[in-house]
Amino acid sequence: MVSVKRIVLDVLKPHLPNALEFSRTIAGLGHDYRVHLTVIEVDEQTETLQVVVDGSAIDFDAVQTSINSMGGSIHSIDEVEVQSEVDAGRE
Amino acid sequence: MSLLSRVKFLLHITRTHGIARRYFVVNGFDGALTMLGIIIGFTISASTDLVLIINACLGAAIALAVSGVSSAYVSEAAERRRELTALESSMIADLEESLHGDAVRWVPLLIGLVNGSAPLIISIVILVPLWLASAGVSLPMSPLYAAILVALLSTFLLGVFLGRIAGTSWLRSGVRTLSIALLTAALIYLFAGS
Repeated sequence: MVSVKRIVLDVLKPHLPNALEFSRTIAGLGHDYRVHLTVIEVDEQTETLQVVVDGSAIDFDAVQTSINSMGGSIHSIDEVEVQSEVDAGRE
Repeated sequence: MSLLSRVKFLLHITRTHGIARRYFVVNGFDGALTMLGIIIGFTISASTDLVLIINACLGAAIALAVSGVSSAYVSEAAERRRELTALESSMIADLEESLHGDAVRWVPLLIGLVNGSAPLIISIVILVPLWLASAGVSLPMSPLYAAILVALLSTFLLGVFLGRIAGTSWLRSGVRTLSIALLTAALIYLFAGS
């Protein structure tokens, strides 16, 4: 089994919910999720974000659904870090 | 997310907290002044049939409530839909299934309920002395005058509420709305009483 440890997303979202509410909602999806959000650009109605999610086993579908439900859309997955269970066992 | 938290969140993302509050005060004030007007009208007419007075007031209160719900719902639904369309255009995405889409469906209903319930609740409070008197409870004064006092007190309290929202003197704000109610009463006595 392969676990996703880190994803870096380029996200476009409306101004509301704000960055704090947006990050909290994503972080609330897992018991050990750590979310780092940077606002890259602010337009009249929208803002472009870089969202970095770290966790022991990130559920990408849940993150995507949560972002979509808050009105955001993922433009690209800019970086990922995955780990297989075998690799984890050897460490 | 609990229902209350969800309602707060939807009002937050549509920035409609202030609109709901404004509707509550505006239509609540409408309800209080309408009841005041009808009751003063009956006082001038020297009518003592409490059932007739209660029915007339209740009819007006229900009409105000229905008018409040429907007018606010229709206008807010149009506003929210317009804002969603503009947001979708900026996002280049369909937001119907997002919280913003939920807000378009639920916020107009919530605001409509606030707008409609405000005059109904205030009217019912103003009618309490009339109901008590018709149920045989003895009041220290005429039930019509007691209802007028409650109506004046309601307008004062709405002013106090406004003063607290604005962060200004609650007493000054309360006295200002009370003055409007007293002016209304004076106009009714002047025109209907002559």
